[in-house]
Amino acid sequence: MFRLEVRTSTPAWFNLALPLLAIGATLVLCSGLIALAGAGVLEAYGVMFTASLGDSYAITETMVRAAPMIFTGLAVAVAFRAKFWNIGAEGQLLAGAVASCFVGAIPMPGPLAMVLMAVAGAAAGAAVALVPATLRVKFKVDDVVSSLLLNSVIYYALMALIEGPWKDTFSGYPISPPIEDSANFPVLLEGTRLHLGVVVALIAAPLIWFLIVRTTLGFRIRVTGENPEAARYGGINVERVLLSTALLSGALAGLAGVGEVGGVHFQVMSDISPGYGYSGIVVAMLARLNPLGVVPAAIFLAAVMTGAEAMSRATGVPAFLSDVIQGTALLAMLVALLFTAYRIRRVGTAR
Amino acid sequence: MPAPLIEMRGITKSFGAVKANEAVDLSVAPGEILGLLGENGAGKTTLMNVLFGAYAPDAGEILIQGEPVRITSSADALAAGIGMVHQHFHLAPRLTVLENLLIGIPGKSGRIDRVGGLARLAEIGRQHGLTLDPDLPVSALSVGEQQRLEIVKALFRGARLLILDEPTAVLAPTEVDGLFSALRSMAAQGLGIIFISHKLNEVRALTHRCTVLRHGRVAGRVDDPANTTSAAMAQLMCGHEIVPPARGPSTPGVEVLTLEGISTSQHSGTPLRDVSLSVRAGEILGIAGVSGNGQRALAEVISGVRAPDAGQMTIAGQKVSRFSPREVQALGLGRIPEDRMTTGLVTNLPLADSMVLPRIGTAAFSRKGLLKPDAIRAFAEAQIKAYDIRCPGPMTRAGALSGGNLQKALLARELAFDPKVLIVSQPTRGLDIGAARFIHEKFLDMRAKGCGIIVIGEDLEELLVLCDRIAVMYEGRIVGTLDSADATIARLGLMMTGAEGHS
Ligand SMILES: Nc1ncnc2c1ncn2[C@@H]1O[C@H](COP(=O)(O)OP(=O)(O)O)[C@@H](O)[C@H]1O
Ligand SMILES: [Mg+2]
Repeated sequence: MFRLEVRTSTPAWFNLALPLLAIGATLVLCSGLIALAGAGVLEAYGVMFTASLGDSYAITETMVRAAPMIFTGLAVAVAFRAKFWNIGAEGQLLAGAVASCFVGAIPMPGPLAMVLMAVAGAAAGAAVALVPATLRVKFKVDDVVSSLLLNSVIYYALMALIEGPWKDTFSGYPISPPIEDSANFPVLLEGTRLHLGVVVALIAAPLIWFLIVRTTLGFRIRVTGENPEAARYGGINVERVLLSTALLSGALAGLAGVGEVGGVHFQVMSDISPGYGYSGIVVAMLARLNPLGVVPAAIFLAAVMTGAEAMSRATGVPAFLSDVIQGTALLAMLVALLFTAYRIRRVGTAR
Repeated sequence: MPAPLIEMRGITKSFGAVKANEAVDLSVAPGEILGLLGENGAGKTTLMNVLFGAYAPDAGEILIQGEPVRITSSADALAAGIGMVHQHFHLAPRLTVLENLLIGIPGKSGRIDRVGGLARLAEIGRQHGLTLDPDLPVSALSVGEQQRLEIVKALFRGARLLILDEPTAVLAPTEVDGLFSALRSMAAQGLGIIFISHKLNEVRALTHRCTVLRHGRVAGRVDDPANTTSAAMAQLMCGHEIVPPARGPSTPGVEVLTLEGISTSQHSGTPLRDVSLSVRAGEILGIAGVSGNGQRALAEVISGVRAPDAGQMTIAGQKVSRFSPREVQALGLGRIPEDRMTTGLVTNLPLADSMVLPRIGTAAFSRKGLLKPDAIRAFAEAQIKAYDIRCPGPMTRAGALSGGNLQKALLARELAFDPKVLIVSQPTRGLDIGAARFIHEKFLDMRAKGCGIIVIGEDLEELLVLCDRIAVMYEGRIVGTLDSADATIARLGLMMTGAEGHS
């Protein structure tokens, strides 16, 4: 018989071991599905790996996909640290995309356009995130529900925009007009899609880490998240911290949208995000809400996404496996987190 | 003596290098109330968790009515007739009293037997005075009522032995009386009871026999607690004599805290009605009263988390205008809360974070929004050393510390900045004699240094030892203030019922 026993402390190596354990468990669990689909497990994972990380072009493609998930992962990690349950990174990403596309379509010098796109996208994401945060602070509305539902509101508002005023009059497709060529983010490696936004995402992670760990705002976010009452008695304005967190979180999610518009699609369409906002939750959990961990976690999920398509072509396993892997990884991580609080002990058989 | 209901023999249990229990023998007879005494960390909870099946002992055996048994889970324990009321309750807050009782008890054909449950609840209530409204959600119950529910739950499952782990630590004195009469009534019906406490007067009043633990071993047994002195039992617990601290004559200075005509409006708890009081430098003012008579509102107003509707407050001669925690701290107020874990510390973060929490924005710990991690660490390390806080280091999770060490940490954090006024609620609740003694000495040191201290408490003996003056609260008012030289427990007790005193 086995039993869970409460732990009094958690060893430091758990921070690394747990996500690896979760990922390992995920791959084992999902291999069953691959076998069911009639493909060789090792072959399928092999194709997935080669297609996503096997050569330098594949790596750049994976990084391009990882960038938006780094931003949404950071957005979720920051929010969850304060126990502001922002499930709305998807909507905030879309808002950021729309705002930056709007700005990018205005003729102006390229560098200025890029900066303004980032500012507008971040502001739009922040504004969206402020809604559930304000509702929670002022009226105690559950932020999980309100931020989640807001995603649909934003999505359909975006649809209305691209089906209506923004509709491409020339082709008739529901896509926005493109941004100015000069506003396209510079490509860093000839012949790839590796754009400036990817580098910005990689720089953002340590900056956010610094903010959480080394600034008074970060301290207040952590304390508010762990014990709002102690924070309040300790002189922290808890409501203000929650609103600041929401602004920061929304801005980061908005930047994910900016990168997609400025560096990948150069316009807005209905499927500009294949759920990067939701993937951000998986990323943040795998990273155990550590901003530095967000980078490898996002790269892992990006590799799964890019790899899944190639695997599907090569072995006939549906590319939906990528979604299954993501979902399983989240569940596996949640189970793994149990081990930070409990340990398994073997006990003698009952009498 | 009747044959033992339960016997534990040679129980040993280690956590890593810590021997929480070593060769402990213990027995309880039917109808007997056994006191289990010991300082914090003596191993009382561990021993009971072994009996209840939460931990497997490294050595030793458990016998029920002479038969050796193996108890490896709480389900086994319940099946063997052992019920336990833990220090922290195990209730589902959103479910009602009745639903909590019926969790895990299948009725006929798997459905919940509501009618049968109600009948048993009423019967238990009648027998032992443990009445509860079956349809109230647990979240609406007071701590005392939740405890009552835990006891009823154990009886419901047919417990013949009831373990209570420091049940009085969370109760007001009036509630303690109710608990004791229920326990006596259960014992009279033949139940065995193990009562854990380190409050000697309670143990002497309630128990038939005591087993005293020290550092995991049995330090001694007391066969007639009612006729054994507290001093003798304290010596068994601590291994040395405990003398109460001596409060020298006081030389009070200027007023450091004044409240004038403070009233609050309806909120959870009793509101304040026209409360005026003052504390001078070098003086300890006690606030006595049955809990729920406005003490909470008073502490909240003084701590700056609640603004009064009327009245004025000054700290160190300065008028408090905004009533924010930050403002009162800046004026020189230190605060030691009653509920360390909820409003004092952040249990999931490193101890160091909790120790700098109220002053994180000051130059000592940050500059232009950037933390000074070295300064924070150094501060925490210095305090851990100065106050002998037992923990592996400043990065330990605060929640891993014992109650006494948490209280020392809070004290260290407030006293490090020489507060002009200190507001303290129930300063030694849940602490053992040694830790309480340490806390009292610190208060007297601060008093000698000219700090004004206001102690909100229910333990009248403690207030009489510590305070220069004692004000009594009743229904949100101060009904009177006595010099402690004129105060007696009887007189204070009378005033606590609302009888007018002499100011
Ligand atoms: N789960 C645990 N892991 C490690 N050490 C523990 C655990 N539980 C208790 N201890 C240690 O065992 C000793 C006895 O603790 P406990 O039984 O809680 O004492 P008491 O209830 O008498 O205050 C203490 O030193 C405590 O730190
Ligand atoms: Mg204990």
